[in-house]
Amino acid sequence: MSDAAADVIDGRNRGVNGRGKARGEWLKRNGKWFIILPPILYLLVFFLIPFAFALMISFADTAVRVPPFTDILSVSPDRHIHLSLNLGNFQYLFTDEVYGLSYVYSLKTAFFSTVICLLLGYPMAYAIARTSKSTQSVLLLVIILPFWTSFLLRVYALEGIIRETGLLNSALLWLGIIHQPLKIMHTTVAVYLGIIYSYLPFMVLPLFATLEKLDYTLREAAADLGSPPWRIFVDVTLPLSMPGIIAGSMLVFIPAIGEFVIPTLLGGPDNLMIGRVLWDEFFGNRDWPVASAVAIAFLVLLVGPIAVYQHYSTKQLEA
Amino acid sequence: MQDRISPFLITVLAIGIAILYIPILVLIGYSFNASALVSVWGGFSTSWYTQLLHNGQILDAAWLSLRIGVAVSTGSVILGTLAAIALVRFPVFRGRFLLTGMVNAPLVMPEIITGITQLLLFVWMLHVLSWPHRGFTTIVIAHIAFCTAYVTITVQSRLQTADRSLEEAAMDLGSGPVRAFMDTTLPAIVPALASSWLLSFTLSLDDLVISSFVSGPGASTLPMVIFSKVKLGVSPDVNALASLIICLVGVCVLIAGYLMRRTERDRLRDAQLAER
Repeated sequence: MSDAAADVIDGRNRGVNGRGKARGEWLKRNGKWFIILPPILYLLVFFLIPFAFALMISFADTAVRVPPFTDILSVSPDRHIHLSLNLGNFQYLFTDEVYGLSYVYSLKTAFFSTVICLLLGYPMAYAIARTSKSTQSVLLLVIILPFWTSFLLRVYALEGIIRETGLLNSALLWLGIIHQPLKIMHTTVAVYLGIIYSYLPFMVLPLFATLEKLDYTLREAAADLGSPPWRIFVDVTLPLSMPGIIAGSMLVFIPAIGEFVIPTLLGGPDNLMIGRVLWDEFFGNRDWPVASAVAIAFLVLLVGPIAVYQHYSTKQLEA
Repeated sequence: MQDRISPFLITVLAIGIAILYIPILVLIGYSFNASALVSVWGGFSTSWYTQLLHNGQILDAAWLSLRIGVAVSTGSVILGTLAAIALVRFPVFRGRFLLTGMVNAPLVMPEIITGITQLLLFVWMLHVLSWPHRGFTTIVIAHIAFCTAYVTITVQSRLQTADRSLEEAAMDLGSGPVRAFMDTTLPAIVPALASSWLLSFTLSLDDLVISSFVSGPGASTLPMVIFSKVKLGVSPDVNALASLIICLVGVCVLIAGYLMRRTERDRLRDAQLAER
């Protein structure tokens, strides 16, 4: 082989290697974007951008067409872009009292159900945290199982217990405690029962997570120093389990405000929660701009509790 | 310490568990009731289950829900795993804050808001892009968005505890980073992937609110059919259907729980081996 030919081959090899190396470098520097971009883009397009859409439509007008609202941005023939913001939908929220009432009613219902869940869930979580490791994993599974079971079906199952001819009334009548069946279905009590029954696992699990990590030597120290049990609970256990209390409460409170299935199936016409109003606005009245305005206003009210939850759950993860 | 659980605590725990389980057990019991009157016990019978097999509407809905569930869980395991790798392995990148927020937000966002906003997007997309038509596709897209969040969190916690020394060894021996990950870390997180697949499947199978918003005419999932039946009152064939779904979900969750426990055990064993 002549020197010239060898040079050519050598040169070609070098060229290939050089290009290969450049590509390797590029991949090393930018390859991570193949991993990062798909989830970011997906969630951006199908989760975050929809909120921008709702915001936009909340400023639009109702129109008789598909989709049933006007454009807020329009280009006139002389190439001017017109932005017409209609604040009427938000004003409407203040004039029609059904929205204000349903917000307040949802907040009230969510608040009291959260308190009852906490009163019931705290001792449960505490009891589980005090058992042995193997019992713990069984009990946790027992709590988690309903957590994953369909909401709809569990609410339906509850109806079988509390309706007029249900198990509860039959049992109480048989025992002679009552002589007339109790009317629970389609009342406020049924809505509370439904929320407590559905969301109890959401309360127990985060409470258990903090109570399990609790340092029991602190309690012993307090006992050695002569504290009565209730003082130990108030001074040691309760403050230390605060992150769990807040995380659990928010996990019940936030979805309970927006609950739709429970007030619809178990509640009566008085139990007008915001989720039901939104549903009716969308499917009944087909007034999308007003429904978007209700959703945006609702979201603004939720930002506070969500921020509190995020703060405490990250704190709990770091601990 | 462990022998001093007060009777009060045990009582409350028992009451709580009873509250969680009695309605479900009663429902399953009534699904075997021969009487069509839901309040009267007319003897044991499986006739409601056989009736389900002849109900075309329910069978169609079940088939649709199963197809959606499989597509959703596969899609969200892929996206969620990518998101988890991004969050665990790349401590600094542009958009990290955004991704963290978008992964956590669906967990606390009321479904009704997610559903409405996604519907608005789909209506606009159909108007402008002539895609996607409301039905199977839109339900799958919407479900993947919230299931991805659950997958990310499950896989993320597993990746954080995964031992990276094997992967580093593979890279020292000349494997590229992707190959090294595939050969060493991926097999270690397979149980976490499998359990998040099952959990996404149950989440998708259960969803009523988001599906109702984003679905179109003719595409009714199982929960949508059940909801419209339940609004009319308690009926024995819904009892049978509900019992079947509860059992299916229960089996999925038990397998997922078993897989997660096994991963945890493997991790502890690895940690002990590493200490030696």
